[in-house]
Amino acid sequence: MLLPRKGCIGIQLLLVQIILLLLCSPLRAALMDEQDLAVLADGSYTDKRELVTSLPDRPGATALLPVLQTMLGGDLYLSESGQLISVTDADNDQYRIADLDSGDVTLADSKGDLKRVRINNSVRRILRRTIAQLQLRADDPAMRLAAVNQIIEKVDSDSVAIIREYYSDEQDTEVREAMAVVLAVGDLRTGDVALAGAAIETLSTSLEPVALNTLQQFMQGTDSALLARQAQDAIDAIEARVAVYENIETLYFGLSFGSVLVLAGIGLAITFGVMGVINMAHGELIMLGAYTTYVIQQLMPDMIGISIIIAIPAAFLVSALAGILMERLVIRHLYGNPLETLLATFGISLILQQTVRTIFSPLNKSVITPDWMSGLLEVNSVLSLTWNRLYIIVFCLMVFLALVFVMKKTPLGLQVRAVSQNRNMARAMGVRSQWVDALTFGLGSGIAGVAGVALSLITNVGPNLGQAYIIDSFMVVVFGGVGNLLGTLFAGMSLGVMNKVLEPSAGAVLAKILILVFIILFIQKRPQGLFPQRGRAAEG
Amino acid sequence: MSFTESLRHAVRRDQVFDFLIPDAGPRLDLSHQTILYLEDLTVSFDGFKAINNLNLYIEAGELRCIIGPNGAGKSTMMDIITGKTRPDSGSAWFGQSINLLNMSEADIAEAGIGRKFQKPTVFEMLTVFQNLELAMAQDKRVLALLRASLSAEQRDWIDHTLETIGLSELAQEPASKLSHGQKQWLEIGMLLMQQPKLLLVDEPVAGMTHQEMDRTAELLTSLAGERSVVVVEHDMDFVRSIARTVTVLHQGAVLAEGSMEQVQNDARVKQVYLGE
Amino acid sequence: MNRTSVFADDTGGKIFLMVLAVLCVVVPCANLLVPESSALHMSTYTVTLLGKYLCYALLAIAADLVWGYLGILSLGHGAFFALGGYGMGMYLMRQIGDRGVYGNPDLPDFMVFLNWDALPWFWYGFDQFWFAMLMVALVPGVLAFVFGWLAFRSRVTGVYLSIMTQALTYALMLAFFRNEMGFGGNNGLTDFKDLLGFSLQSDATRVGLFLASAIALALGYLVCRYIVRSRLGLLAVAVRDAESRTRFIGYKVEHAKLWLFTFSAVLAGIAGALYVPQVGIINPNEFSPLHSIELIVWVAVGGRATLFGAAAGAVAVNYGKTVFTAALPEVWLFALGALFVLVTLYLPKGIVGLAAMRRARA
Repeated sequence: MLLPRKGCIGIQLLLVQIILLLLCSPLRAALMDEQDLAVLADGSYTDKRELVTSLPDRPGATALLPVLQTMLGGDLYLSESGQLISVTDADNDQYRIADLDSGDVTLADSKGDLKRVRINNSVRRILRRTIAQLQLRADDPAMRLAAVNQIIEKVDSDSVAIIREYYSDEQDTEVREAMAVVLAVGDLRTGDVALAGAAIETLSTSLEPVALNTLQQFMQGTDSALLARQAQDAIDAIEARVAVYENIETLYFGLSFGSVLVLAGIGLAITFGVMGVINMAHGELIMLGAYTTYVIQQLMPDMIGISIIIAIPAAFLVSALAGILMERLVIRHLYGNPLETLLATFGISLILQQTVRTIFSPLNKSVITPDWMSGLLEVNSVLSLTWNRLYIIVFCLMVFLALVFVMKKTPLGLQVRAVSQNRNMARAMGVRSQWVDALTFGLGSGIAGVAGVALSLITNVGPNLGQAYIIDSFMVVVFGGVGNLLGTLFAGMSLGVMNKVLEPSAGAVLAKILILVFIILFIQKRPQGLFPQRGRAAEG
Repeated sequence: MSFTESLRHAVRRDQVFDFLIPDAGPRLDLSHQTILYLEDLTVSFDGFKAINNLNLYIEAGELRCIIGPNGAGKSTMMDIITGKTRPDSGSAWFGQSINLLNMSEADIAEAGIGRKFQKPTVFEMLTVFQNLELAMAQDKRVLALLRASLSAEQRDWIDHTLETIGLSELAQEPASKLSHGQKQWLEIGMLLMQQPKLLLVDEPVAGMTHQEMDRTAELLTSLAGERSVVVVEHDMDFVRSIARTVTVLHQGAVLAEGSMEQVQNDARVKQVYLGE
Repeated sequence: MNRTSVFADDTGGKIFLMVLAVLCVVVPCANLLVPESSALHMSTYTVTLLGKYLCYALLAIAADLVWGYLGILSLGHGAFFALGGYGMGMYLMRQIGDRGVYGNPDLPDFMVFLNWDALPWFWYGFDQFWFAMLMVALVPGVLAFVFGWLAFRSRVTGVYLSIMTQALTYALMLAFFRNEMGFGGNNGLTDFKDLLGFSLQSDATRVGLFLASAIALALGYLVCRYIVRSRLGLLAVAVRDAESRTRFIGYKVEHAKLWLFTFSAVLAGIAGALYVPQVGIINPNEFSPLHSIELIVWVAVGGRATLFGAAAGAVAVNYGKTVFTAALPEVWLFALGALFVLVTLYLPKGIVGLAAMRRARA
């Protein structure tokens, strides 16, 4: 369920935008005349270096960025007619051949007559410098920042020189700060004692890995005890801040995982906590919700973004109906016998699983995450938060609040609470307890379906989806205290955070085992959970 | 964290685990002629004080009736004595030497306090005979139970009790087949089999005919003297027929205490029972 | 009230033991003495299948002792079964010696594969049969004791306890899936060669294992029956029906529960140990919560609080499973699911209860 961290997606996106923008530019071709192309095709490496070095001085040179980047990647080819072509590997052993001038893309089995522009390491160096120079000239500060950030990931003497060249003219504070880091790294690497103090000062506020590395190297190399101590302080400061951000990230992961647990468990908190029914098929109701999402996406493949929104009420209805059906056909005959309901609903869970397996095949299906949910919010180089996790946290809280509202503020909630506290009395007051039972069960089941929508986005949808979550759900409810929605929220979140705190040191599986053992021990100590119901009613 | 605390507690060398401590507690000491001391007891459920600074003393061999309106704290008091509920503050001593507040229900029962519940709870799936057999005073440890066989003496004893409670004919019937009154009797029989020093009897005559009531009164009166009996009852006729001393509970505290006549003429009791 | 005989008013139990005795004579003869060409010959496959059923029956009896009589619905008895199985599996692994794929005389194959250079400490002693058998009983017993001590002391009962036992077996499953645990991870323990020097492939060994299972089942039944008929058995029923009442007549309920639960776990462990050499493999799937809950349905189908009914239920359901999974594999889960629902709704006393009702009506 962990998504890979896509560290530099932001930068890549920016570059793609630059490329797209420039592809339409007519300037580009003009900048490369016959002579230049000849150099690219057959010139010596020295000629190529000279050509590349001269490029930044030409007007409108930024248009050449894609060409230079393709060249740096070793993918630049020339056609017979002198077109600049990018050739990359595509699927099925084919090549993706893109005309950098017109933007036309074709797939081909061979490279044909295309001639590769050969480069060596010295050309590569020049290319990098030139690309950086061109990027640093961009009008958009965001683009310049992106360029500096890219340089920061791999600082060398060349890049320091380039940055120094542009530093004095830079107006944007953010870009200047980033540049200052590069310069400080450069200063510190020279070992110049005069510059070191200020450089350490600058680096101590940076979170870039290079800052830490440089400081560490400097500390080992320097003779000055004072500077070494200063560097050590800076390192400590950086590490402390990194630790803070890492903790925030762990907390974030934990809360999002906790939200999943809460979503999975909260429906159970209703059926188990409020009604005293052990619904072992709860996991399968979640699974039904997930499959509903899948089906809706299949029905409207062109509207992935909206399909998720539509899936929420749909999944609620599907699972709620399944739940009401279960309640009417089986569970209502077993009220007062929790162990019997446990067995019967387990049977239902097997039937539901097998039904899904028969209809959809035992293979996992995947639900496509809509664009508006992907991507990430980059806070700094240490901390970046993925949007989909944030959506899950928000969604969980919304579901929770909606449920609390239903239970506390609506007539249905009032009746549910009345029936759960004293069935006979409630009936005597004219509450139709059977109807309330069915609706309550439907509500809990529907919430399970909604949880399924959320789960379908972070994990594969398969017949065993429910089984994976049923024990977690029970743990959340039991840990939080049966019959207590707030307890469920708190328990789910804290178990989620606990899980993610343990995971780095213990590994995912061991973390899970430790948590189970913890809950087992906790329940021995406080059988009523975190927030027990008190008073006489709880004892009976 | 409480877990590490309990872990540390578990490895303490100056203490042994609870289950290693021999079951035989201190002997019941009646040297001061008082079998039960309840002092300054207070229990509250979610802010509601079910027992409020209750003080009550039961003499050895006494038969005491406790009356009081609903919610006066009668059952809660029984719960505290038998270990079901822990008070927030106060003390409860059985004789001079046994502190009831740190004992489990089973230990309290073994120490010599028997209880008959308001709602008769017998073991429905067992026969009447087996119910009595289980309740019988005996070595109640697991291994002893596994090896136990019924001696002739024990059989006679059970038969005798069956006669006392009038269920000899039904000895081999499952308890679930008994009527409400018969279950009451069975529970009284189980109480007798325990041979407690102190009997707590909660509404013993509910669901009984007048005839049965008289027999119960007779039985309880005969028990007193050798044992102490505390009866909680709503039926005033019944109370009048057995009572020597009556205690009136109200709002979790003792309102009045004395003979039936004294209590009946107490102005505060009248106010509580009759309203003004 | 006569408690001199374990068999008093236990017609079902008598029939059950007689069937076992007959099987003990017929099965070896039909397999070893009757020539293969004869129609009366019983294949070794069938013998092993029957042996497997008997292990399940023993497991069901163990579960029935705590569920039927004591009211503890354990959803973790599969864990005790699996632990016993692993104990036997470890012995069988050590018996392989240098006949493994890697030919390492000191380490089982999977350890060689994982580049371990020494036997982990918890594998010491498992080359001795007596030690392995001791562990088969001790490990599930100790686990049940510790778990039960914690749970019963704090009066965790009913569904809470069920869910906790399920969490227990789930946690164990996750743990045993890990290679680092040193029990063969995902693949578990397999490729066994021989037991006490007898080749596991030979017909005679298979018949021997069948007989051992039958005898273990009979002994297990008799001991459980003895417990159930004792005053402890009465107490168990009393605890099941009115737990707090038993405390007020002076019983330490948690002690009775603890010892019966532990004994039941040991019985389950023994069943697991007999099961593994017959099926030839033990892997973490045995810990899966599904297995534990499935065995509850065996007991429910047979009839709880009857012991022999639980055994019969185990055999009946597993026979059904064998038939279904061979003929219509996709229908099996439907059938099992329906069985759960139908038994709880319409047959709360199982087959035995149905038979008793028939008799009462006739």
